[in-house]
Amino acid sequence: MKKSKFFWLLSLMLVLSVFLAACGEDKNGTEPATPGDTDKDEPTAGEVKDEEQVLNLIMSAEIPSMDSALATDAVGFDLLNNVNEGLYRLNQENVAVPAIAEGEPTVSEDGLVYTFKIRDAKWSNGDAVTAGDFEFAWKRAMNPDTASEYGPYMMGGVIKNATAISEGKAKYTELGVKAVDEKTLEVTLEKPVPYFLSLMSFGTYLPQNEAFVTEKGKDYATNSDNLISNGPFTLADWDGTGLKWKLVKNDQYWDAETVKLTEINYDVVKEVPTAVNLYKTGEKDRVGLSGEYAMQYANDPDLVKELETTVFYFKFNQERNGKPTPLANVNIREAISKGYNKQDLVDVVLANGSVPANYLVPAAFTFDESGADFRDVNGDMAVPNADEAKAAWEKGLKELGVKEITLEILGGDSDVAKKMDEYFKSQLETTLPGLTIELKEVPFAVRLDLDSAQDYDIQSAGWGPDFQDPYTFMNLWLTDGGNNKMSYSNPKYDELVNASVGKLAMDPEARWEAMAEAEKILLEEDYAIAPNYQRGTMQLQKPYVKGVISHPFGGDYSYKWAFIEGKDAQ
Amino acid sequence: MAKYILKRVFYMFITLFLIATATFFLMKTLPGSPISSASKLNPTQLAAVEAKYGLDQPIPVQYGKYMANLAQGDLGNSYQFKGASVTDLILKRLGPSFLLGAQGLILGISIGILLGMIAALRQNTIWDYGSTFIAILGISIPSFVFASFLQYWIAVKWGVLPVALWNDGWKSSILPSIALAMGPLATGARFIRTEMIEVLSSDYITLAKSKGATGFEVAFKHAFRNALIPLVTVMGPLAAGLLTGSLVIEKIFAIPGIGEQFVKAIMVSDFSIIMGTTLFFSVFLVFVILLVDILYGIIDPRIRLSGGNS
Repeated sequence: MKKSKFFWLLSLMLVLSVFLAACGEDKNGTEPATPGDTDKDEPTAGEVKDEEQVLNLIMSAEIPSMDSALATDAVGFDLLNNVNEGLYRLNQENVAVPAIAEGEPTVSEDGLVYTFKIRDAKWSNGDAVTAGDFEFAWKRAMNPDTASEYGPYMMGGVIKNATAISEGKAKYTELGVKAVDEKTLEVTLEKPVPYFLSLMSFGTYLPQNEAFVTEKGKDYATNSDNLISNGPFTLADWDGTGLKWKLVKNDQYWDAETVKLTEINYDVVKEVPTAVNLYKTGEKDRVGLSGEYAMQYANDPDLVKELETTVFYFKFNQERNGKPTPLANVNIREAISKGYNKQDLVDVVLANGSVPANYLVPAAFTFDESGADFRDVNGDMAVPNADEAKAAWEKGLKELGVKEITLEILGGDSDVAKKMDEYFKSQLETTLPGLTIELKEVPFAVRLDLDSAQDYDIQSAGWGPDFQDPYTFMNLWLTDGGNNKMSYSNPKYDELVNASVGKLAMDPEARWEAMAEAEKILLEEDYAIAPNYQRGTMQLQKPYVKGVISHPFGGDYSYKWAFIEGKDAQ
Repeated sequence: MAKYILKRVFYMFITLFLIATATFFLMKTLPGSPISSASKLNPTQLAAVEAKYGLDQPIPVQYGKYMANLAQGDLGNSYQFKGASVTDLILKRLGPSFLLGAQGLILGISIGILLGMIAALRQNTIWDYGSTFIAILGISIPSFVFASFLQYWIAVKWGVLPVALWNDGWKSSILPSIALAMGPLATGARFIRTEMIEVLSSDYITLAKSKGATGFEVAFKHAFRNALIPLVTVMGPLAAGLLTGSLVIEKIFAIPGIGEQFVKAIMVSDFSIIMGTTLFFSVFLVFVILLVDILYGIIDPRIRLSGGNS
């Protein structure tokens, strides 16, 4: 008996020591040996070698679709941007510049008709890229039989008749795009659209080779054999649903000279620890970090921080189940807006490279004609301030005639979202006496349903841009805006935002000011929403990877200019 | 025997029909839409896309259509992978899952049986404690911890096997198979030990021993065979689960298997994949259960399949 007890104790210690050893090793494991790496020969100093131009990347999800009419997700748009090319392309400075379009288009005086010249370019099967390919692709995206989601979404209100087509009041063939001849494309707009040219770099506006698409029928773009491209790379070895594929340099691309990489190998890895292990062993050249990994590698020399253009905020619902909520009171909204510390939120809770947002339109996203950031024009608003928050809170309570308020925060169910919610709760309840916060943490789909039904008090939500203009954020809060869903309405705000795409559309300076003023009204007068943070990402990237360009909207990255330098020297 | 199997197959179809029906209606109560950008579209735009997929029709009508297609063997097209056929997706992803499952199962069960037998035959010795200890480890360490442990030490630190991915042929399958084997290993060892100990103390073993049978003969010819029955019972569902893929292991080793789709399809409301994977799993499970019932008869002739009316 005695013996067996001793044995169990020993077993327990063994198990424990296994775990402890594993934990201890993890912390010291930042400089692992790379056993798989056999290229250990030291190159002579100063020697310039032709290096293998191959990049090895990880994706966090499969490709849902490579059909530009059907793509709706980050992976799809990212790849489409690298295998195809539209009239415009975002360049290394993230400015949309003519690509398949030869030079700037001619624009009619009323700003409604754009005429593009098409450059000499080829598809990967050797066919010429024609104006007809654009007309075909755009009309196909509006054809109800295609069931495109982004077609109506991106073209509605922009290209003439797009809205009417999606409402069934016009035929898709009546879309305002016409190939005058092989080399001339005429696009007619619904109304002047100031950001129209940046839209031309977006995936939904890519061309499609009519003969090829028609020949493949419903098999088009279902695997890499049923796909051709007109961009820097072609897709290969993709079976339609698999976890791996590669991009191969497209020799038919008109600017193939610029493209240095010969191959990009992708594998889908959904677990961050696995991805980090693949990076450590040198199999992959870049890995996205999240959660505790971001903290663990915060001081790694390979760390690359990038600021995304997605902004997260609180939506204050002013009317729930037909009754006004306490948030219908502007002072209550002001109190909550200013009642918590955003710096600690990003430093301690998120710790992933995000920055505090005292604004709605993200930083490093839109620039005026002189290159000045929209953020520099409008600055910070509704900056956290406990004293002001308290004062507004007292005033609000008095106006409502109550001493205590209970509010619900609706948020996501991920670990990070839950940590954030806890943080908000403790901060707000401390700053604002008499406030009780209840947390409701649900999966994304449920949150969207509750948002649609306007069944929440405060919602933690976010938005990423669809085109490069502040309007993509500002139109969310129009009185009849599809994403408003919180009964916010201010005629002045509506007027300013609508003017920016209406009567001021042709006057860049005035519309910029109008949107700046609207943002002030939204955040500093009405406190309609409370911005929390602009999301950042942290990645490890091998130092020999050069020239990868990250974009603020559309495809996440461009590899057109990327190259490998100094890998052999390592 | 043939009559019995025929009867069972008939019941299998009824079971599958009930599973399909229940899954279909449960799935339709899920929040969210299979239309990925539903929140960005206005109601008219959304209605147009839903009409294209037939989602605008009443649920009983959708059900009728689905069952009609199913009867013809058509599982439909995925929503998340635009235009991909569900049958295709399952077939493509089945290979890796099946290989890992089979290897894990065979490895786990054979070591498990061995450990269980050693423990039973050397009861209350260091051999017994040792094998019980391994079995307890197998049960109590979650597979993701064990998998990460294997990945970190064997692949990253020692560099003898691939870290993850499905790029090095059979080598890629070794670590995930070992990780999968821990479950069946522990189950096998525990069941065999308990049963063998019980069987070894029964009268007919004493009889066999008194007739002069050797220890080896007793252990394998008499005791082991009878100890297998409960193990075969739990093996059925275990095998079905392993062979149709493991969510956790496939994610950790980035294996292009089917297991991961079971959960992902639900997260993104991909109705056709939810139905496809559920039905596929059910077919597999009922088939394995039938197989187990047939095996009973072979292992222990005292169990008569066709009941008393033969």
